[in-house]
Order: sequence, then structure tokens, then C-alpha cells
Amino acid sequence: MRKCLVEDINSVLAQINKAAKVYLPVDGTDGKARFEEWAEGKEWSNALNTERSAKDFFFPQTENLMEFKTEGKNIEIIDIRSDKDDFVIFGVRGCDVRSFDILDRVFLVEPIDSFYKARREHGIIISVACGRPSETCFCGAFGIDASNPAGDVTVWRTKEAVYWQSNTDKGEELLKKVEGLTDCDEAAVEEEKAKIKKIMDKLPLANLSTEDFGAGKTMELFDSDKWKDLSESCLGCGTCTFVCPTCQCYDIKEFNAGKGVVRFRCWDSCMYSDFTQMSAGQPRLSQLERFRQRFMHKLVYYPERNDGIYGCVGCGRCLAKCPISMNIVKVMKSLGGKDNE
Amino acid sequence: MSNVSETLIPKIGVITDVRIDTPDIKTFRVVTPDGVKPFDHRPGQCAMLSVPGVGEAMFSITSSPTNTEFMEFSIKKCGCVTDWLHQAEVGQQITIRGPYGTPFPVDDEFAGKNLLFIAGGVGLAPLRSVINYCRHYSDRYGKIDIVYGSRSKNDLLDYKEIVDEWTKDANVDVHLTIDNPQEGWDGHVGFVPNYVKELGFDTDKTVILCGPPIMIKFTLDGLCDLGFEKSQIYTTLEMRMKCGVGKCGRCNVGSKYICKDGPVFRFDELDELPDEY
Repeated sequence: MRKCLVEDINSVLAQINKAAKVYLPVDGTDGKARFEEWAEGKEWSNALNTERSAKDFFFPQTENLMEFKTEGKNIEIIDIRSDKDDFVIFGVRGCDVRSFDILDRVFLVEPIDSFYKARREHGIIISVACGRPSETCFCGAFGIDASNPAGDVTVWRTKEAVYWQSNTDKGEELLKKVEGLTDCDEAAVEEEKAKIKKIMDKLPLANLSTEDFGAGKTMELFDSDKWKDLSESCLGCGTCTFVCPTCQCYDIKEFNAGKGVVRFRCWDSCMYSDFTQMSAGQPRLSQLERFRQRFMHKLVYYPERNDGIYGCVGCGRCLAKCPISMNIVKVMKSLGGKDNE
Repeated sequence: MSNVSETLIPKIGVITDVRIDTPDIKTFRVVTPDGVKPFDHRPGQCAMLSVPGVGEAMFSITSSPTNTEFMEFSIKKCGCVTDWLHQAEVGQQITIRGPYGTPFPVDDEFAGKNLLFIAGGVGLAPLRSVINYCRHYSDRYGKIDIVYGSRSKNDLLDYKEIVDEWTKDANVDVHLTIDNPQEGWDGHVGFVPNYVKELGFDTDKTVILCGPPIMIKFTLDGLCDLGFEKSQIYTTLEMRMKCGVGKCGRCNVGSKYICKDGPVFRFDELDELPDEY
């Protein structure tokens, strides 16, 4: 365990930035926190979480995949992949750190997505424990410990000091390069962890149960008559999917850049009607079916394919952002039977 | 980076032949610019074809894996990519990637079995690969029955190959039907599901069924009436796909990705999945 004083955080980040470019949550002029490239004078945000999740770092909203040059009947394919530099994401919350594992289980299983892998391999994650979790937080329901998040390095911030603990070789290598971190015992961090756990236990969603979801629940939940009421007012705007750190569905599209065609991928949403539209037909005709797909995927289909791990991290972004205040917690409470009453 | 293979990055394919099969289906022969088959595949697998600037779409590979020279795709004109392909000429380059999906179990569950293929319309395209594979290795299978129907005689896909080759095989019986009577047609008239019931097959057969959803539904009911079990009947599904490798998230039925876990399924397996295909 290492520590630095809170007022020294900028000089520590400056040193880390020499090893690899650092991104950290910064308050924008609109009062909302977002990840920005570190620079002298940028302040680490006090906000509980960034507006957008951290998935952009590994799975950007849009990403060019390749280019084509066409001449007459001939086509040339141009591989535009390039070597990436190491980078550090500082200040990632436990929920978003878990989301990387969830994305890994999609993009890093065979056949491996080399675009994602290149970013993932070069990213060093410095997580931060949640000193003040919010009432929209429910990471605990998915087994995430906000007092002790994963990542290459974990950081705890108290009033006076910032504590640093490396969890991986990558993390240890990085911390070794930083001067001004002093060794310390774990007493202060243990105290902080206990404090956070106490808050977590009292959160309104602390007892949200996943008991009625997971592998093997497809037929029972798919045919529930509750989907009708739940989905009735869904606007199909897709906001939930865009702010969600684990939503990973994408589209592949092209545009003509004048001197050639660029093929790119971009985030897509199962909430949209054209998501599954084919010339031959449409398997999900109504918003009920699209709405059901999103929650069934997170709560049943994903765990069925991934050793029981749920496709939700309880970050609460969808609770805060849905224009009609529908969200996964309401779905779990409605479908979850007795356990969530 | 460029030495790391990436499944989303395709190869170049060249269209070396375009056969007009029906008023709205053409069969395209594709090789690489070096003149060889783009990649090996198994019966029932698919490939992503694209026209840069127009789009990319998934098609079943209609040629048999036993064809080592080229690949063929029978494509119905029904959307952006297919419209474009239908006006393409010989020599046109496209892009191709694959193979995708789980093939028909031709070497295990089908081995030694009497096979009954039932297709409607362009539904013959994915089955042609299996049929020609099984014809090639005819000693590995029992009797092969093929029931194929379309709207009219002109809408029968691969008609020349069916008449010139399939009907000549000693262990193959072909049963063609068209929806309505037509001049110059002395074969059976009527819908496929009814024809299957009229033919009344023995239930010792393994069935491979593909066609429009309504035809599949009624044929499946008919087969069950004849005493077939759903575990004897295979089909291949179609969904919108972008990646082809189980990552873009749009082709799932329940927890199965059609591009990766399918497109080939047995009907008893489909009964375990939500009815959303």
C-alpha cells in the first residue's frame, strides 16, 4: 500500500502521464463529469460517476474498421489498424471496471476482436473506491464491492490522503515509476472500506435480488405477462443502451469519404426497430419485444452464456437517464416475484 | 497489427459467372482474384458478401464443400445489397468473409440415415450445399428424397441441375411441385406441406426443412402428423446479422446467436428457445 497527500494528486498524475497518457473524470462547464485527457490544471472530479461510462476507451462509439478503394470492377481493401500506445484510465468506479470483464467475454472470445483487444491490452485501469455511493447505485446486487474495486491499481481517497494499491504486474510497474508515493499500512484503507460498506448496506437498492434471474429462466420470464405494462411507455429512444457500460451491440456501416469508402462500426441499440429488420421480415415487431430483449439479455441470456455473470453492473446510469423513468431495477422488481417485493 | 487476423476484414472475391435461375434469383459464382475458392466450408455454413459503399449481408453458401474450385451463392433480389448484386456483371469484385455458423451434422447425425430434404422457394439455396454433399458421398447415406416446391416452374431454383443430375441418381428421388397449374408442367401441383402429406414418408428418415416461415410451420405440423419426431427434423434460420461471429448482438434467439450457434437447428432445440424468429 502506498499513499500521497490529496494536494499532491496532480503531481502524481503528472508523473503517471509521463509513462502513459492519463484520462481522468473532470467536471465540465455543464457540471457533468466526463473522462478527459489529463493536463496541468485539470482537476479530478468529485462526482460519483461520469455521465458516460468508460466503455468508450475500449469500445468507442464509432470506430473506423477498414477502407476500400474501388476502380471499375476492382476493389482494394486497406487495413487501417495501427499500433496503439499505452494509456491509463484513472478514477474508474467498481461498476465500470466490472463492465470491462463483461465486454471481454464478448470481444475476447474466439474469434477475438482485434480492434477491441488492441485497446484493452494497452489500457491500464486505476479504479477508485466509492466514498459516497448514491441511492441509484446497486452494484452490490451483482457482487461488485464498491469499497474495493478491481483494476490494475485501486485507489482510495480520504479527506487527507489518496491510497494506492497495485493489483497486477501492470499496475505495480506503473506505480514503481511514480516518485512521491510513500509506503503505508492498510489501517486507513480498512477504515475507509468499512465506512463505504456501511453506506452500501443502507442504500435503498441494497437488497435488490437477482435470485429469480439467470441461466435457465428464459421460457418462464420471456412469457411473463408483465412485459406489456413494463414496456408500454418505452419511447424506444435507446438512451439506456448508450449510457450503459455493458451494452455492446454494434452496427457496421459505410460512408463514402470522397477518395474511397470507409467501413466503420458504431454503437447500436436493440431498442430500435431497424435493429433486427430484414428484407425477409422482422422478428421483433413491437417495442414490447425490443424492450424484453434488452432486459432478457442482461438478466438471462448473458448469464446463460457466461457462467452466471449478469450483464448489468448496477451503475445506475439508466435510472438517472431514462426519460420515462423505466429501468432495470423496476424490471427486476416487477419480474422478480417475492424476492424483490 | 496487420499480421493479426481480424474476422471483420474480408477478402476480395470475383464474380466469374452469373446464372439467372428465376425471375428474382440469380446464382453467383465467386473465386478469389487468384482464381481459387475463397475458403473451405461445411454444408449449411454462410458467408458475408459485401459491395463497398452499398453494404454487407449474410448469405448461405449454396455450392457443396466438395466443389473445390469455386463458391456459389443463390441470391434473391430483395434489398440494397441484393439489388446491387443483381445488376453486377462477370468480373465484378465484391468482398467475402466467412465461413460462419454451425453446419448440418452431415458426418455424424446424418451418417447412414435416409434423408428427406424439403424446400420451398429460395429455401433450396442453403439445402443445395447439403444435397450435393450427400450425393457426392452417396455411400455414406441411405435413400435421399427431395421435395421441392415453388410458385411456378420458372421459380424453381437450380431446375436444370435438378433435372439433369439429381433425378438421374439411383438413390435420389425428386418430388417437384408448383403452387398453380401451368402450361408445360405435367408434374405435381399444390403446396409443399400438402404434398409432403400426400407422399406420406416413412418416419425412419432424417428431415432437412427450409423455406418461408409459413411453409415451414405447416410442413412441420404435417411431418408431426405423419409420426416424425421434432428431434429428426433440422432447419436453418435467417436473422439480420452484422458481424457473423456472435458479437454485434442482433441475431439472437434467447441465448443463442444464429450466426454462431446456428443457423442450423433441430426443431426440438428450437422448442427450448423463445418463439422470436
